[in-house]
Amino acid sequence: MTPSIAQPSLPADWRDLVALTKPRVMSLVVFTGLCGLLAAPVQLPAVLGFTAILCIALGAGAAGALNQWYEADLDAKMRRTANRPLPARRMERQTALHFGVGLGAFSVLLMGLATNYLAAGLLAVSILFYVLIYTVWLKRRTAQNIVIGGAAGAFPPLIGWVAATGRVDLLPALLFAIIFLWTPPHFWALSLFVRSDYANANVPMLPVVAGIQNTRLQILLYSVTVVIAGIAPYALGLTGIVYGISAAVLNTIFLVLAAAVFANRAEDPSGMKPERRLFAFSILYLFALFSAVVVDRWVTA
Amino acid sequence: MTDHPEDEILKRQRERARLMAWLLGAFVVLLFLITVAKIGLNK
Repeated sequence: MTPSIAQPSLPADWRDLVALTKPRVMSLVVFTGLCGLLAAPVQLPAVLGFTAILCIALGAGAAGALNQWYEADLDAKMRRTANRPLPARRMERQTALHFGVGLGAFSVLLMGLATNYLAAGLLAVSILFYVLIYTVWLKRRTAQNIVIGGAAGAFPPLIGWVAATGRVDLLPALLFAIIFLWTPPHFWALSLFVRSDYANANVPMLPVVAGIQNTRLQILLYSVTVVIAGIAPYALGLTGIVYGISAAVLNTIFLVLAAAVFANRAEDPSGMKPERRLFAFSILYLFALFSAVVVDRWVTA
Repeated sequence: MTDHPEDEILKRQRERARLMAWLLGAFVVLLFLITVAKIGLNK
């Protein structure tokens, strides 16, 4: 934490409050939540579905704001995050804390009101998991921070599904597993080519703690689990052929790119093209795979 | 920023107040629509 960061005297600009919510991360959260909602066998009235997605987005924003409140000192040390509102001293820390807590409470209450309290409870758990388990507890202590913390980002499709149906089923549990297992290779690929940033901030990311080659091996091993989880909805008969073909193609590319990362021996970020390629494709992978779940539902319905 | 910090403070407060008013208005409309949808579900 950063008691030493000087406090600005101006009230925070509303654009900086928006920046606290990490809008770019939110897009993936909103998308996967929407897919969970659309893949569900129960159709909610449009306004309730919209509210459920709004609540997932606001909950993710709250988690992002509280993460930045707690990590202002870390963010100040990393080039990638140094211009965020708190390390750049454009906002008081107290403002970020109040904004995050208020937004989180609001999103959970509105979710309960508009859909059901199981969905609201899962939303609350996902926010608390990201803030307390990942940000406060794991991130600065263990190289496994991303592995366990990744669960927080895996909640949205489950919440979307539960908002529509009121219950947890196998398909949304598998969607949860896909994001959970996808998170380590996705972030470790990134952390390989921004390794110096994490090392400067003393964050025990895997490449910093276990070395580059070991990280590449872990990326490959986790990619195998992603592929297994990715094909499971089709193999278990929960989705149709549209999803099956999409998953087969996407999984093959994912595995080939992960193998290229494993085969790479470059130590310098300038030679880490395979890592950048895997990182970029991993985002596309998740968007495409979740789109396939929804399209498959519509086609087979 | 302007030369007078008080002007900048007032400008930001005004901007935030205006945004807050819009958000509160949107929230009222959303609550109304949620209520109507819930009534429809319970029929």
